[in-house]
Amino acid sequence: MIRLAIAFVLLAFPALAEIKIEPVTSPGGIKAWLVQDKGIPFTALEILFRGGTSLDGPGKRGAVNLMTALIEEGAGDLDSQGFAAARDGLAAEFNFRSGTDSVGVSAKFLTENRDAAIDLLRSALVNPRFDQVAVDRVRGQVIANLQSNEKDPGTLAGEAFNRMAFGAHPYGSSGDGTIDSVTALTRDDIIAAHKGALAHDRIYVAAAGDISAAELGLLLDKLFGDLPKTGAPLPTRANWTLKGGVTVQDFPTPQSTILFGQEGIKRDDPDFFAAYILNEVLGGGRFSARLMTEVREKRGFTYGIGTSLVPMDQAEMMVGQFASKNASVGDAIKVVRDEWAKMATGGVTAEEMAATKTYLTGSYPLRFDGNGQIAQVLVGMQMEGLPIDYAVTRNAQIEAVTLDDLKRVAARLLKPDALRFVVVGQPVGVTSTD
Amino acid sequence: MPRRLGYMLAFAVLTTAAQADTVTSFQLEIGLDVVVKEDHRAPVVTQMVWYRAGAADEVAGKSGIAHFLEHLMFKGTDDVGPGELSAIVEAQGGNDNAFTTWDYTAYFQHVAADRLDLMMKLEADRMRDLRLAEADVKTELQVILEERSQRTDSDPGALLTEQVDAALFQNLRYGVPIIGWRHEMETLNRDDALAWYSRYYAPNNAILVVAGDVLPDDVRKMAEAHYGPLKPTPGLMPRVRPSEPPQLSERRLTLSDERVSQPYVSRNYLARERNTGDQKKAAALVILAQLLGGSGTTSVMARALQFDTQTAVYSSAFYDGTSIDSATFGLAVVPVPGVSLQQAEDAMDGVIAKFLKDGVEPKAFARIKTQIAAADIYARDDIGGLANKYGEALAIGLTIKDVQDWPGILAAVTPEEVMSAAAEVFDKRSAVTGWLLKDEGVAQ
Repeated sequence: MIRLAIAFVLLAFPALAEIKIEPVTSPGGIKAWLVQDKGIPFTALEILFRGGTSLDGPGKRGAVNLMTALIEEGAGDLDSQGFAAARDGLAAEFNFRSGTDSVGVSAKFLTENRDAAIDLLRSALVNPRFDQVAVDRVRGQVIANLQSNEKDPGTLAGEAFNRMAFGAHPYGSSGDGTIDSVTALTRDDIIAAHKGALAHDRIYVAAAGDISAAELGLLLDKLFGDLPKTGAPLPTRANWTLKGGVTVQDFPTPQSTILFGQEGIKRDDPDFFAAYILNEVLGGGRFSARLMTEVREKRGFTYGIGTSLVPMDQAEMMVGQFASKNASVGDAIKVVRDEWAKMATGGVTAEEMAATKTYLTGSYPLRFDGNGQIAQVLVGMQMEGLPIDYAVTRNAQIEAVTLDDLKRVAARLLKPDALRFVVVGQPVGVTSTD
Repeated sequence: MPRRLGYMLAFAVLTTAAQADTVTSFQLEIGLDVVVKEDHRAPVVTQMVWYRAGAADEVAGKSGIAHFLEHLMFKGTDDVGPGELSAIVEAQGGNDNAFTTWDYTAYFQHVAADRLDLMMKLEADRMRDLRLAEADVKTELQVILEERSQRTDSDPGALLTEQVDAALFQNLRYGVPIIGWRHEMETLNRDDALAWYSRYYAPNNAILVVAGDVLPDDVRKMAEAHYGPLKPTPGLMPRVRPSEPPQLSERRLTLSDERVSQPYVSRNYLARERNTGDQKKAAALVILAQLLGGSGTTSVMARALQFDTQTAVYSSAFYDGTSIDSATFGLAVVPVPGVSLQQAEDAMDGVIAKFLKDGVEPKAFARIKTQIAAADIYARDDIGGLANKYGEALAIGLTIKDVQDWPGILAAVTPEEVMSAAAEVFDKRSAVTGWLLKDEGVAQ
């Protein structure tokens, strides 16, 4: 029998309907969160496996990424062509991707052929073939991407920033690997990466749509039952090694790309919500954010600028990005640094706090718009370790932040002297400081 | 050309909903067309206002004005200060943005359903009462120049596309970039913007689409209250566009840039578009693009160029017929290292020639039909996408009936119709072949 928690969590938004999140545990003990909606005859399923590209072993950079790209290239009795034809014939949609901290799987399938779609997805997860011919073909695509990245200012800036911030830790290099490391990967490396990355001890699952808790429970065991119990060891803590300053990387372009940032704050820090509000006021993607106002609206230095808090499993960053014509890069950097300092010492105004709280609390329910979106939000919450009633308490936690909290956390978080700007381009009058 | 960085709307030709797709539509006395798409699953709503004016309606010398005005629409009215509209929407927990294409300009907000009245009030306010300060116009001009630098000038592939379009369209303004040619953008001013605005931004030139947790009667009442009192533009003529002359000569061009890492070859053919009451040929082209390049694994091009031979890293075929005038049917091949662009192009031509001889593979055809039917179901999960589909169609002169007929027309396409569409579209005399090359300082 499928064990179901009796109490559902009801998400009640002011003026908004209730979304019922059910915890589901399969007969085999795999947990998932579910939102049922019988309105449209399909299910959206989201799966995360913790670890991701940071599980790559020494000298094997890019193995998890290449493995993820190969999952759909043949499984069980089917080669690449056979698998794709079977999937398309069911009109199922699968997406496999790798990130710094996770391997992600998104699936959509129709109610009318759900069992067949799940059989196919199971064979990809549990029994991928990794045929040598597919390995070589997809490796060629990955290398083509890596070659493109070498000419992409945004990627160049990100890689330089991460290298300086995290050094030899996996966070310090691209999970896609290098042309050399990817070229050297063997089929055995891919098989090892698969065993290490897709395992029971790191699965998070959410489903939304036309499926019952009982049906989902059976589906979970079918999908994951035959995966290994444990995977590769997770990476250790990454030490932040980046000091404030400017790094210029020459690149022939009339417009520079600028990445900037400093150390961030942990997701489970008691001050996280205060930091979240501060980031929103300073560099949220909205037009009323301070950096958008100062750098774009008032001065026309850029088409867009924003910052984000990036709490990862083993490190935290606060980073932002913009592009500006070479002649105005120096002035734009000064504006960003000044705004950083201004908020560090002055915090935010009561009006800014009020408007930002209304925005953050009011926009939160809009994220629960459709089965695909709901499943994505729910799986992310689980991986972040948030409780199942988080969606209900989250807005109250934002409301509880005070102006004093913001002033205190601004002083604690924002370090204008620790800000590092990485400029890829040919900025006028801007040179590397070290 | 969205106004905000990183925002992309997916215009999926295949995502339509057949029998479940019902809408309510009506017209206000002042000429505003209204479409209401109900979806009561979540208490949210999207308001979109579409203007029947896009970059292809610009006059010579003023390229970019349609998109520039889109930016300036956030600079305030007699009642709302510069930037305040977005601030109000955000303070209500909503998101707003806008986008410009060759055929239309659209504005939207996504908010909790009980905020719709306020959103209508704001959108109606800026339909006729925009106020532009000279200084704001000057600063925003710098913003769109940065946008052009970022999206076009920094991307050799985007530059090639711009050159290809300019060569493909010999008379239509689809050959002029939406963002504008830089030298013309630099001369755009407040008067240009206001002239464009006062002519095209009027209720009798707009379509209101409201989708989400709303009732048509409530939408009608709100629309009458807010948009009803607005003044139409008198004497607005039907959109008259130039048409393409018979194209007689194949065109080829190359673009070399030191920032290119991955050379590729593209071929763009002039193609038929969807027209009201006449969508069968466009539907056949949709299926043709799917068959040739719709799947990275099983499509005709992928199999021939990536599986049966190791000629290409990627290949694709694409077509979107949702436009007022001629559309583009495109092919692209990114060769593997060691394969030249000439060899890649020859291989691509070989695939097309073989397809024209062999015809449609029945199993592949059946799979695509299955996917098209399922796309109807998946599309119902994306209410914003549905709003978009109706707004876009009406903005280019299709009707609600055309939109609702479209899935059935796609489903009824026969292999013979696909082959006949292929024979018609693959005519090099009305095509441009583009090569993107690495500039390594050596004569190629």
